[in-house]
Amino acid sequence: MSETRADRGRGAAVQTTGHAWDGDLQEFNNPLPRWWVWAFYATVLFAVVYWLFYPAWPVGEGYTKGPLNSITFEADGKTWTTHWNTRARLMRELKESPAAVRQRQYLEKVAAAGYDEILADPDMKGFAWSMAKGLFGDNCAPCHGSDGKGRIGLFPNLADDAWLWGGTVEDIETSIREGRRGFMPAFGEALGEAQLDDVAAFVLSLSGHEVDPAQAARGARIFRGDAGGCHYCHGMDGTGLKSQGAANLTDRIWTVAKVPASPSLEGKLEAVKRVVREGIRREMPAWKGRLDPVQIKLLTVYVHELGGGQ
Amino acid sequence: MFRHEQIEINAGLLIALTLVVISVGGLVEIVPLFKIGSTVEEVAEVRPYTPLELRGRDIYQREGCFYCHSQMIRPFRDEWLRYGHYSLAAESQYDHPFLWGSKRTGPDLARVGGKYSNAWHVQHLIDPRSVVPESIMPAYPWLMERELDYADVARRMAALRKAGVPYSLTEEEYRRNVERWGRAIADMLDIRRAEEALLRQAEAGNYDGDRRHLTEMDALVAYLQVLGTMVDFKKYGEAYFVQFR
Ligand code: HEC
Ligand code: HEC
Ligand code: HEC
Repeated sequence: MSETRADRGRGAAVQTTGHAWDGDLQEFNNPLPRWWVWAFYATVLFAVVYWLFYPAWPVGEGYTKGPLNSITFEADGKTWTTHWNTRARLMRELKESPAAVRQRQYLEKVAAAGYDEILADPDMKGFAWSMAKGLFGDNCAPCHGSDGKGRIGLFPNLADDAWLWGGTVEDIETSIREGRRGFMPAFGEALGEAQLDDVAAFVLSLSGHEVDPAQAARGARIFRGDAGGCHYCHGMDGTGLKSQGAANLTDRIWTVAKVPASPSLEGKLEAVKRVVREGIRREMPAWKGRLDPVQIKLLTVYVHELGGGQ
Repeated sequence: MFRHEQIEINAGLLIALTLVVISVGGLVEIVPLFKIGSTVEEVAEVRPYTPLELRGRDIYQREGCFYCHSQMIRPFRDEWLRYGHYSLAAESQYDHPFLWGSKRTGPDLARVGGKYSNAWHVQHLIDPRSVVPESIMPAYPWLMERELDYADVARRMAALRKAGVPYSLTEEEYRRNVERWGRAIADMLDIRRAEEALLRQAEAGNYDGDRRHLTEMDALVAYLQVLGTMVDFKKYGEAYFVQFR
């Protein structure tokens, strides 16, 4: 870009920067296009206007706060007016943005309603479902899976009809609010290998598997007697005590023992034995500090509808 | 009369003046940060990391977790709804360097502490897809295999103390920490007993679920579990934090 179009046409003397090196070495001066220069002045003007409306220049130990601008928000039950800043804007948005206002109408309705009212009202139920789906994805899915089906051995399935701690809305709400600790002692030392074989056979017989009857009978005595003491948590019939979060062993639904993964009976027995030998220690975090009561209520409805809530 | 040519033909002058011009930009950005005191919120409960958490933080840096995870919840409604309260300046006042990050391939981690169980973190770090099938996070199985090297933890704390982090090296500093955070925490922040404190926390927390070994996993999970948990937001009104902007 050493010459302009006009110069080329006329071969006229062009403007130079004025210095000459080595006697005759000169440098052309091509002025900036006019539109560019005006755009530059416009940005300067924009900056000055910006300084008047937004926090900008540090001065001493403070800064200019944008004297021509302010923001009013509600917090802690009072109304505050302050210079424009993103925190105040967030507080205002949480109260006044159109999405927040529309959501709040529903949230207030859900907060005031009982569970049976919510479940009976398609409008509220629909809202709870879509709002809780997002909450579930952010908070629960990493453990229970985005479909709520969990993973055997790690995290329970919430989308089936089997519940460890109960499937009523009250039970589910308590599970979410307070968290749960699933605990079963390790029996590897208390019971020998032979007794583990027996008790595993009995456990599988409870859910209708074809096992050696003599072995299952020996296992039943361990299960129902003090040798194993399994009945203290799982009950004499093996259906599980809700107060202990103990699994129902009579259905074919497994939450810890990887029974379904093994096609052979030996594999299934081994899966049960491993759980009894090693014990279980699982933790569901408490959500009361992280989610507010309405969010927990929405999630309760969601989980209740996801599985066969009772 | 001043002519631009005088600068152009004098290399020394050109360099000197270039430096002056560039430093104006830098100084205008940096100096106010030292002078404006009002932007760091006054929240008493933010404390430096314990020795175990500090080692976890080092591993977090070594593994480059910050390339995919930010630790900075911005004051926007969507982030508020997803991650919780926006991050405070005070919450990273003892971070050297900051791990705010700038890219979110994975979620923000500024408030991940307490969100999941230790067991989940261990499982997720060893094999992310075993718990989150759709995850694209790399696996870090060696964290569970490598013993934690904590031989130099006291020296690391001493270095941070020089940068202004209130780890205690003298009885006087220790007493000040007791006043600020209570004895249990002050004990954790004492450089003279750093190794002891590290072992005590690892033993009590059993973060990786394996009591026989003190692994890098213990330290990293201890660090993740403290992120964003120090400030009790219920104690403060929301307008309180707005006044620091
Ligand atoms: C860190 C992993 C983890 C996260 C995150 C998690 N859970 Fe759980 N959850 C568990 C574990 C483990 C159990 C089983 C506890 C036990 O063994 O008794 C459980 C149990 C439950 C139960 C009781 C199930 C039953 O059969 O009685 C419900 C309900 C539940 N979770 C809902 C949720 C909801 C809703 C969320 C999200 C707000 C959530 N969970 C987040 C791990 C988690
Ligand atoms: C202290 C109470 C307690 C005792 C005693 C106990 N269990 Fe359990 N058991 C539980 C709990 C709780 C669970 C479910 C754990 C969870 O979901 O986190 C469970 C789960 C199981 C499972 C896995 C079920 C599944 O769906 O995967 C089996 C198998 C089992 N127990 C067998 C036994 C046997 C056999 C005994 C006796 C030797 C026994 N338990 C004694 C509390 C107990
Ligand atoms: C290549 C990018 C990448 C790197 C590097 C990475 N992550 Fe992740 N991380 C992800 C993605 C994507 C997710 C979301 C899916 C998932 O939960 O696995 C995630 C999720 C997480 C979560 C769960 C967050 C939540 O709130 O659900 C934690 C905790 C986490 N990562 C920790 C780490 C740690 C610690 C490291 C370093 C050792 C690390 N990540 C390195 C991409 C990454």
